[in-house]
Amino acid sequence: MKPEIVENVAFNLIRQAVIYLPEDVKQALKKAYEEETSEAGKTQLKAILENIELAEKYQAPICQDTGTIIFYVSAGAEVRGLDKLENALINATRKATKEIPLRPNAVDPFTQKNSGDNTGRFIPYIHWEIAPGNTLELTVMTKGGGSENVCLTGMLVPGEGINGLKKFVIESIIKAGAQPCPPTIVGVAMGGGADIAMKLAKKALLRPLNEPNPNPEIAKLERELYEAANMTGIGPMGLGGKTTVLGVHVEYAYRHPASFPAAVAFNCWAARRATARIHEDGSVEYLTHKEKV
Amino acid sequence: MPVYHLKTPISEEEIRKLKVNDVLYITGTIVTARDQAHRRALEYLKEGKPLPINLEGLAVFHCGPVVAKEGDKWVAVAAGPTTSTRMDLFEDEFIKNFKVRVVIGKGGMGKRTTDAMAKYGAVYGAFTGGAAILAAKAIKNVRGVEWLDLGTPEALWIFEVENFGPLTVAIDSHGNNLFLDVAKNVEENRKKIYQKLGLPP
Repeated sequence: MKPEIVENVAFNLIRQAVIYLPEDVKQALKKAYEEETSEAGKTQLKAILENIELAEKYQAPICQDTGTIIFYVSAGAEVRGLDKLENALINATRKATKEIPLRPNAVDPFTQKNSGDNTGRFIPYIHWEIAPGNTLELTVMTKGGGSENVCLTGMLVPGEGINGLKKFVIESIIKAGAQPCPPTIVGVAMGGGADIAMKLAKKALLRPLNEPNPNPEIAKLERELYEAANMTGIGPMGLGGKTTVLGVHVEYAYRHPASFPAAVAFNCWAARRATARIHEDGSVEYLTHKEKV
Repeated sequence: MPVYHLKTPISEEEIRKLKVNDVLYITGTIVTARDQAHRRALEYLKEGKPLPINLEGLAVFHCGPVVAKEGDKWVAVAAGPTTSTRMDLFEDEFIKNFKVRVVIGKGGMGKRTTDAMAKYGAVYGAFTGGAAILAAKAIKNVRGVEWLDLGTPEALWIFEVENFGPLTVAIDSHGNNLFLDVAKNVEENRKKIYQKLGLPP
């Protein structure tokens, strides 16, 4: 696979993600606006919808916090040239920062120096998965800092079972309050280990809002947590109202008998993500933003 | 709900008229400042050095904008608010010493800032988080930038704005704080949620 193609696709994905919200998120926000009864909350949702339209009209990033760039790569085992991929993704990030433009959001945590181009040690971060076949699926998440700051990992008590998890999720949402720019999408994961749970919770943010977990029991838990979260009254931007979350997505991994790791990840209403599939012959399918190439 | 259109410099008298839940639009000059700029401004004060701009009667905006340079002119491409609670560390001293009348941000601020706003006459205007283009379109001119060595998100950007808003007055100069009211309400709702989920209190 030619690195120039991957670079070009990655650039397009970043551009799509920061300018156009995925359709499912847009629809959920419109529904929230229609159903919101709090006056302050409705003002916020109206501004959000107006802003989404303006971003599309002026081809500018929806939010000035264009986030940390995170790639999820699912690489077919037969794809050649994977060693050139990391570099292609870094180049795409630099180009996107300059041309779209993006806000430079990569800071050395020791010296506090901003690299100026959204790249640095481990940034953009790349999650790798090997899949069968000869295609490459590339997803970008541009993850805002406000919603990242309230992500939580907890090592719960196994004896409390699922009740412990429900409590942890609700308390995390209450603690986050206005900070993650509600209405948010909440990713929840249980099991695995501290790192695995957070990885799964964050990846759950990529799942479209109209796709419940395929396991019906977990889907039921998602629904229950969604309804509970919207009973908090935090509301749009924390100014009060009935829309605090747009969805709750739950994932799980098996756990150690002595541990019940849990993680809650948040995405702001500007839940920016885009996916494309690159075929062996170099043809590209844009999966989340079909009409926006 | 009452809607106010104010021009900078804003007087204490004008600001005292505002109540929580009012909607405010600002025309005039607003200056961005995040963590590092707040910190430096207060350091300057301690050292007796003047700030690069007199903030009296202006609005301070918790914002790290996306900016682009067109020729030798800066343009604000996207400029929504950042989380204000991080500035709770500095804001009371900031309001007291620099006499800003409006603090614009998202997510609200705590009791220390609320008390300072009541004492010195300032309000907190909540701007919709993420609504960066709505904000950028109200910025008619980037008048200047200071402290660019802090990085573009942390620098002091001086914006000339027209009808910048809607800002929901979420903290007024009379000790009212909408975010703290919502927090109280959430506390009460927690019990109902625990019941619904079948959790022990």
